[in-house]
Amino acid sequence: MAEAATFQGDLQGYWKLLDSRFPQVHDVFDSCMAEAFKVLTNDGLNAYLESASFLGEMGRGVEPILVFLESWPQVARALGEASLPAIMGCIKKMWRSPNSKTITDFLQVLPAIARRLHSQEQMQDYLELTLDLMNRTSGSIHGNQATIPSPGLPDFFGKSPYLVSQLALAGLKNWVDYGVRNYGDHPDRQRDYFSLQSADSKAMLQRERHGTLLADNERKLDLYLRCLWQDNDYLVPYSTGYDELRKPIPYYDKLGIRLPDVYDDACGTSGIDRYRAVLAHIAAHRRWTTPIFADNYSPFQRMAVEFFEDSRVEYLAMREYPGLRKLFLALHPSPAEDACDPEQHSAVRHRLAMMSRALLDEQHGYQNPHIIDFVQRFHHAMAQGESSTQDIADLATLFVAKTRRQSDQLPNVHFLDTEIDYRDDNRHMWRYYENSDDEEQFEEHRQVESDEVTGGLPPRHYHEWDYSTQSYRPDWVSLYETLHPQGNALVIDQLLEKHAALAKRLKRLLDLLKPQQKVRIRYQEEGSELDLDVALRSLIDYKSGSAPDPRINMSHKNDGRNIAVMLLLDLSESLNDKVAGTDQTILELSQEAVSLLAWAVEQLGDGFSIAGFYSNTRHEVRFLHIKGYSETWDDTVKGRLAAMQAGYSTRMGAAMRHAGHMLQHRQADKKLMLILTDGEPADIDVKDKKMLIQDAHKAVQELDQQGIYTYCINLDPKADEYVGDIFGKNYTVIDNVARLPERLPQLFMALTK
Amino acid sequence: MSFDINQYLIKQEPFYQPTGKEVALYEAAYAARLPVMLKGPTGCGKSRFVEHMAWRLGKPLITVACNEDMTASDLVGRYLLDANGTRWLDGPLTLAARHGAICYLDEIVEARQDTTVVIHPLTDHRRTLPLDKKGELVAAHPDFQLVISYNPGYQSLMKDLKQSTKQRFTAFDFDYPTAMLEASILAKETGLDEALAGKLVKIGQAARNLKGHGLDEGISTRLLVYAATLIKGGVAPCDACRMALVRPITDDADIRDTLDHAVDATFSE
Repeated sequence: MAEAATFQGDLQGYWKLLDSRFPQVHDVFDSCMAEAFKVLTNDGLNAYLESASFLGEMGRGVEPILVFLESWPQVARALGEASLPAIMGCIKKMWRSPNSKTITDFLQVLPAIARRLHSQEQMQDYLELTLDLMNRTSGSIHGNQATIPSPGLPDFFGKSPYLVSQLALAGLKNWVDYGVRNYGDHPDRQRDYFSLQSADSKAMLQRERHGTLLADNERKLDLYLRCLWQDNDYLVPYSTGYDELRKPIPYYDKLGIRLPDVYDDACGTSGIDRYRAVLAHIAAHRRWTTPIFADNYSPFQRMAVEFFEDSRVEYLAMREYPGLRKLFLALHPSPAEDACDPEQHSAVRHRLAMMSRALLDEQHGYQNPHIIDFVQRFHHAMAQGESSTQDIADLATLFVAKTRRQSDQLPNVHFLDTEIDYRDDNRHMWRYYENSDDEEQFEEHRQVESDEVTGGLPPRHYHEWDYSTQSYRPDWVSLYETLHPQGNALVIDQLLEKHAALAKRLKRLLDLLKPQQKVRIRYQEEGSELDLDVALRSLIDYKSGSAPDPRINMSHKNDGRNIAVMLLLDLSESLNDKVAGTDQTILELSQEAVSLLAWAVEQLGDGFSIAGFYSNTRHEVRFLHIKGYSETWDDTVKGRLAAMQAGYSTRMGAAMRHAGHMLQHRQADKKLMLILTDGEPADIDVKDKKMLIQDAHKAVQELDQQGIYTYCINLDPKADEYVGDIFGKNYTVIDNVARLPERLPQLFMALTK
Repeated sequence: MSFDINQYLIKQEPFYQPTGKEVALYEAAYAARLPVMLKGPTGCGKSRFVEHMAWRLGKPLITVACNEDMTASDLVGRYLLDANGTRWLDGPLTLAARHGAICYLDEIVEARQDTTVVIHPLTDHRRTLPLDKKGELVAAHPDFQLVISYNPGYQSLMKDLKQSTKQRFTAFDFDYPTAMLEASILAKETGLDEALAGKLVKIGQAARNLKGHGLDEGISTRLLVYAATLIKGGVAPCDACRMALVRPITDDADIRDTLDHAVDATFSE
């Protein structure tokens, strides 16, 4: 009583300290303080009230102080009260910015964040991240003073508990950075990004997530299924990120096996092993479960049948691979026998989970006589062989009958430790006599609409390198590949005629380049010719009485050229410029040059393909097919070349990646990609000039790793400023564009000599 | 020139576990001196079978491992130069034909096609071997028989037998034995207990499921025997399997992980 009295007395003092005139605060003050007393020291209490009083007088209404009073004790419990100054510092900075409205949002989610972050250092990082986001997205009209509040900040706070639960802080930082960088000056898009609405926000989140991604391990799991279970099906990921209320469960149907897109390590088991456990369970079902009719079972019975059948197939799987037991044991929850009070809660799930654990774990230690009895019955049934779904269903219904309680009907179901997350939802187990409109009716046969006729190929998506963050933007560029429209092939023939003299000169060079086909192999015991040098040496050895070398012959082998070449033409708008001193455009000259080159390569017999590209923002990169490897230099190809037109911009990286993709599948000793361009990479949706240059450079590196040699022929006299940054030393700048038709084939020959 | 063909006789019985009627069929083929071709994946017991049959029939066995650089004279023989002139040296095929041994050409497709043609006259009704360099026609000894083996798994456009060669042979298809048989082979060969052998076989079969999905060949019986030998020598089963079964057959990290997991899943401890 004495304590209570002092508490009451103190309260008066504290209320004075708080000095708030909001009636709403008065209403909750007592209960807030009661909680605060439990957590905070005396100094802590004073600081608590001081901060609250500041929030009350801030001029942002009653909300901030109310939320703070309610939430701080929880935060202090998670992080310790010493973290208050840092948080208040952050709040004061927000208060001084145009974003003071969002202080309430910030405080609202603070307890959830604190619980997740655990340490003051982490909280400090989070605060810095928040301030950084705020400063970078707050707009200003005249440039000095921020006056426009950050559009994305409230949404960010709304999503931050979820984000923190999905991402490590470093990942969160990357995610925030990405949003600020790309949507910093676009309020609507920024809001979409930070409220996790937009597609790339989700994609970015997916990439930064911790855990084992299905996408990274698909092949491994595919091999697992094939290797251990001789099974094979599509592995289809579903997203776990956005369904907070109803967590999806793995399942399989006609279209494939559905697995969560990511698994964190849990229960001492790595993510990949959790995937394997799910697949083992599903494979076991596919092997040993035969569907049974559901109509005659009550929902409880069905649940019991599912638990028993799950245990049965796992038992059989473990019979096959005993090592799985360790995995299943680690992942299967082990509900305490007294965890559930059957008077208060429906214990159905609890009972079944215990049963399932007991069937899996011999050292279950449960005392319940029914459970012990049914474990024995189960093992007895399994000792006979494989048992069957129907037999085990009978056992399960018996279990339900024996253990039924009145309280099973209670609405409060005990869920703790009863969810076995590596098991699928067993929808495949049930068949129905009649189709009802029941919720659990999965087996509906919906007609899949046939694919509509689409023009051209679907777009391919390529990533793009962002040098400022040193990371790839996933699936950033959409590239459409189409056949180049046809034109009049005669035009090209005329061009070639015009250059007949040049062609004659080239022809002489080409003859020199033509593969010689013959290489001598010496020191052969048997061969097509006698190698005189060696034969003489042997003879001398022989005459002088020592054992001669019998390998005195030589033979020849063919040594052909084996080169695959890809010529990539930049078809951007600037090609329409007239070349100084002539009345021809660069495009026309390029046409002549390419025609001559194509003719020359045809003479040499190397694999050769031609494609052009232009871009109109990242959403539309066009890749025009002019000549493929299997096409010969005929009128169709010439026609396409004749119809070449220029327009739009130059997004080089994506086009090079796509060309590399085609070149990669060629069987050739040497692969060469020639890029004919007249300017630096640029596009209208990229402001930073360096961005696409760096991206193109990255693309060159990627191609290099694939064993593709890139070489750039640049017609821009000022190219020296950037072309080296992209291609290193592999480039030529042709200043005198009028000589391009002559230079291009010569360059090619020099490169491939 | 004296030559002791008996050095090629097999003294001790090589262990071979028949999986079908192959022993009787081979004996029938030998009785008629028909040439025999053995087909099957690597390490499934082709060579062991020939050894066993040679022992069973009491005939010497001359084995030649074929390779790309092998020439006809490596099989038939050649003149060697020595300080006093030249000297003819019989090749393994000639030796076998002269002295009545079983000549076993292992992995015949590895040899160049022009090399394999020299066996043709020995494999039809003529049963002769012309030594054109020496100007001699060797008539095959009545006990002589030619056996070749090849692994159709390697089959590529470049490496296949000519029809004219194929059609001179009777043939056996070999494959990995069934799980039960394979386990008993491991047990007999190494003295490992049957239960453990069964688990090894299980891993072997798991790996064979991956053939064509990144593995060129599954784990052979020979490798399983290696693993069993290691286990018998005191190595922990998991380590033995990794060393003898997984690491040799693949450099692909995904497949290695999968097979490692298969090993862990099979041995619970």
